[in-house]
Amino acid sequence: MSKWVTNPGDSNVDESVRARPTTAMADTPVDESLPDEDQPRRRDNYLRLALFLLRAGPLLILLILVVVIAVTIPVFFTTRNIGNVLAQTAVISVLSLGQLLVIITRGIDLSVGSVLALSTVTGAVLFRAGGSTITVIAVIVGTGLVVGLFNGIVLVKGRIPHAFIVTLATLTLARGFALWFSDGRPIQGMPEPVRVIGGDSVLGWLPVSTLVVVAVALAVWMLLNRVVWGRWIYAVGGSPDAARRIAIPSSAVLISVYAFSGLAAGIAAVLTAGRTNAGAPTFGNLAELDAIAAVIIGGASFLGGRGKVSHALIGAMMIGVIRNAMNLANLDAFFQLIVLGVVILVAVESDVMRGRLEERLRLMQAVRT
Amino acid sequence: MNARNPVLAVRGGTKRFGGVLALDDVDVALYPGEVLAILGDNGAGKSTLIQCMSGVHQLDSGVIEVEGDPVDLHSPAAARAMGIETVYQDLALFDNLSPSANFYAGREIARPSWLPLGMRLLNRKSMAQTTMDVLNRLQVTVPDLDAPVGLMSGGQRQAVAVARVTAFNAPVVILDEPTAALGVREARRVLDLIHRLRDEGKAVVVISHAMDHVMEIADRAMVMRRGRKVGEVFPTDSSRDEIVSLIVGGDG
Repeated sequence: MSKWVTNPGDSNVDESVRARPTTAMADTPVDESLPDEDQPRRRDNYLRLALFLLRAGPLLILLILVVVIAVTIPVFFTTRNIGNVLAQTAVISVLSLGQLLVIITRGIDLSVGSVLALSTVTGAVLFRAGGSTITVIAVIVGTGLVVGLFNGIVLVKGRIPHAFIVTLATLTLARGFALWFSDGRPIQGMPEPVRVIGGDSVLGWLPVSTLVVVAVALAVWMLLNRVVWGRWIYAVGGSPDAARRIAIPSSAVLISVYAFSGLAAGIAAVLTAGRTNAGAPTFGNLAELDAIAAVIIGGASFLGGRGKVSHALIGAMMIGVIRNAMNLANLDAFFQLIVLGVVILVAVESDVMRGRLEERLRLMQAVRT
Repeated sequence: MNARNPVLAVRGGTKRFGGVLALDDVDVALYPGEVLAILGDNGAGKSTLIQCMSGVHQLDSGVIEVEGDPVDLHSPAAARAMGIETVYQDLALFDNLSPSANFYAGREIARPSWLPLGMRLLNRKSMAQTTMDVLNRLQVTVPDLDAPVGLMSGGQRQAVAVARVTAFNAPVVILDEPTAALGVREARRVLDLIHRLRDEGKAVVVISHAMDHVMEIADRAMVMRRGRKVGEVFPTDSSRDEIVSLIVGGDG
């Protein structure tokens, strides 16, 4: 476990860890002119290099993956196939951007796949009943937002210790409602603009849905890096206890990240409905797992407090590239699952290793100062 | 004893937790430019006392006065607004955030001012600049101003936590066991830091079990036992035995 990420307020374990430099220093003579001062410094640099590699790992792996695939499968690097990959990852990308905010606050949102399905169904039902383009889009996106708000409010007001169960319940609820509203069958038909957003390309290859991903990513980046609220999202994830004590509105922050994740599911639903020209209760099956995997593979931490927009996007791209390459290589779908599983394990283990290295770096700092 | 008026005073402070009398008619006054140490065995009521001063608990009877006026410290935020800052033993730092993000957490410098705080855009430059100024003024060195404080040593984290509460010109700073988890050299730096706070004219309250540290930094030591104040001593080498016997409840 990466100990420094754990909340300093909630455990004695953390105190004992912090006390360790004390003993280390008591054993070593307190002499300002350490004879072998260079040695810790060199080890320090080695640690920093290892940390840098671990942090840059996901991006490096993605780049290596792309190069290797491009060399072995020439078709991969055509604009047409790149357009394919982008179109196929658009939905995961948007979902993972929502999931990112939730994971930064130490939470999880299992409901997004089902919410996506419910959103497409409510939109399709409305369109069939004669709804205008604007209202159809508003209802698709709004359905996601409402379920997300529901998740957040039940979690916070119901004082439920973890979001796992809450969002597991809405996963089932949303899928159930989607099946009910659609009578269990896909409903054909989406307004023209929705089909353009979800299925068309510009310049002959760049999917419009990719532009949507870019817009959502920019919005999330602004929120996390430039807006006070984003700072509070990190604070609540880093130390819920300290956040409460210094009067950051933790409850509102938590509700907002689930609302945003729902909103992202609604936007992803517009893309899905547009691409398929339909709403269906089976859409987005297991998409929540892709979204969670993308965020973790990309380098965000399950322990909370740490994650960037680039993490979510890199993770989503990695999943998209692996799937696409295996399709091009005519490998069976079950191999894709196995490969993805291995990638997730590697990602989680490297998060743990990163935490260990950072812990050691901290100890060295204590000895040196 | 001190001609100036106390910046913070507790008069007849009493606090019960169920059947336990945690504070029993305690009087204490803090003066600017002075370090007061609160001593006592575990369960003597030290923590309860500072928690009442920092708004975590409320007195059942008695009053807290700031600059001579009675105040209602109904929450930690209320105490902070009155200029009473507390460094908790667990530091309450955000390990994933930089020193400047920690300094300003919950009270960020941001604009435009007509929006609610949460919606405003961060003024990161100005926050980083002030943070650097405060750290320099207090001679606190950190390895990297942009790195998360979780990557820093115990002493550096303690220093950042102490510097954080001084960034807002609070006249009263309460420190709970500031040297407990630190090695010799790091504790030294924190003690120096406490001296500098005093020299800046702050009223500093320190809870500590480390007698050597108390003897060195405190201008006045108040000893508590079973919720009562049992003595107030000027710590000198000759009064050391007296302090110890007050703490353990001998006949001293």
